[in-house]
Amino acid sequence: MYSQTKYLIAGDSALVVEFGNEISPQINERVRGMYLAIEKAALPGIVSLTPTYRSLLVQYDPLTVPYREMLQTLQKLEGSLEKMELPKPNVMEIPTLYGGDCGPDLDFVCQHSGLSRDEVIQIHSSREYLIYMLGFAPGFPYLGGMDERIATPRLKTPRTKINSGSVGIAGQQTGIYPLASPGGWQLIGRTPILLYDPQRNPPILYRTGDYLKFVPVSEKEYGEIEQQVAQGRYQYRLYPKKEAKE
Amino acid sequence: MNAVKVISPGALTTVQDAGRFGFLQSGISVSGVMDSYSHRAANLLVDNPQEEAVLEVTLMGPVLEFQCSTRIAVTGAMMQPKLNDQPVPMWQTIPVGEGDRLSFSGIQGGCRAYIAFAGGLDVPVIMGSKSTNLKAQMGGFEGRMLKRDDVVPLKAPSGEAKLWAASEEWIPKFPTQITLRAVLGPQEDLFTEEGIASFLNTEYLVTPANDRMGYRLEGEEITHKAGADIVSDGIVMGAVQVPSSGQPIILMADRQTTGGYTKIATVVTADLPLLAQAQAGTKIRFERVSVEEAQQLLHEFHERLQAFARTRRPVNG
Repeated sequence: MYSQTKYLIAGDSALVVEFGNEISPQINERVRGMYLAIEKAALPGIVSLTPTYRSLLVQYDPLTVPYREMLQTLQKLEGSLEKMELPKPNVMEIPTLYGGDCGPDLDFVCQHSGLSRDEVIQIHSSREYLIYMLGFAPGFPYLGGMDERIATPRLKTPRTKINSGSVGIAGQQTGIYPLASPGGWQLIGRTPILLYDPQRNPPILYRTGDYLKFVPVSEKEYGEIEQQVAQGRYQYRLYPKKEAKE
Repeated sequence: MNAVKVISPGALTTVQDAGRFGFLQSGISVSGVMDSYSHRAANLLVDNPQEEAVLEVTLMGPVLEFQCSTRIAVTGAMMQPKLNDQPVPMWQTIPVGEGDRLSFSGIQGGCRAYIAFAGGLDVPVIMGSKSTNLKAQMGGFEGRMLKRDDVVPLKAPSGEAKLWAASEEWIPKFPTQITLRAVLGPQEDLFTEEGIASFLNTEYLVTPANDRMGYRLEGEEITHKAGADIVSDGIVMGAVQVPSSGQPIILMADRQTTGGYTKIATVVTADLPLLAQAQAGTKIRFERVSVEEAQQLLHEFHERLQAFARTRRPVNG
């Protein structure tokens, strides 16, 4: 973490508030704090906010608020961050069917780690993963904190199509594909829920600084949830994170 | 029904407005028009709000058949529009009737043309915008580029049926040698002095690898102090990203929301329309300006549009 936050210029209509140079939960917590604080303060002239691993991109309308003024406003807000009450991050449950057609690479992850299927599933689903940021595609979460025992290199040849909802491992990271796309991740499971739904408000239910928790489900439960989602009556499980879980 | 039918779609014709800014935090790209000057001017010629959605047409124009009478205007790249095979002027309101066909003879300069419709396009507003997000297959007309036999709904023409012609001085030219003003940063400190000097003092060429996502340029290598990778952060339109090859890429409307390469500078908003109209082979020089100067240029950009609106002259239909 920098001892002094950097305010970088990104052209005539944006500033980057940069808290550090590495990937760490502490730095990301500052990003989330600043993001929520700006949103809460409803500052005039703000066009959009993009929170990432270690910085927050603030796009603004310079015809409403010019550079110097925006800089000072943000610095002032940052100064009052410590005193602000911010909402607790949420945990969102991701019901996941591991293995089989949904997770064709689960056996490879077992071989690579020397663990049984049950052990891999248990390890993967026992943690709440911090969402460092969303990017690359709508709702694509960059997650942190996977157990090193199940780390597995990417596929040598990427697949041309990965189904939406696929849960995978790439090196030290785990992740989930909100939309069908090509990719080289080792696929270990799949969720029937819609991470991204342009017709839903909001289209994406989790934010930077929230957590995802994978919950193993049976094939039968997967089918039931899939049906509920299709009928629009699935209840997404989203709740405030409990303290000192990790 | 107020609508326009696609007889042939052209190379890449999409519905775009000023962009979708509300969901960057969720990884949803901005999209929107590439050339915001031509976009806004087209709307002014049909008495629409400047930010109303238009059709963005790329290199090769579509053939459109009107199923109602309305007013349209074509701006941007010089694509030689025709109505029922008779040449019609660009940068001027064109009254069209039911059954009329709009087509294009071929491109003589620039890259993208804009067709505005009086009253606007009647496509759903998704997440605050009518823009097409091609990658997420969302927004615009069914989340995709137009294809043959599409029937694109139009709003009923609004306002008085005034016909306008733009004053010559506010019609942009599309030179094959351009200067883009840019503000250094956000990562200029990760480049060598020589790298920054190359960027500011030598000429770069637009390569054929240019599209709505970005423009890949080719020229003197821009050298890094210690590598091109950073911890991913947010990206704005006009960001000049330099991967390890040292060859810059200017990110445009369909860029991803975040990226992991160093960005040496950001092209000023006011100059992005010039780049949006650049074809492969266009020569680019960069000129450094301060953030205050860049914001003054944006101010002048909007003043130009006001002057455009003020000096357009009425024409007889």
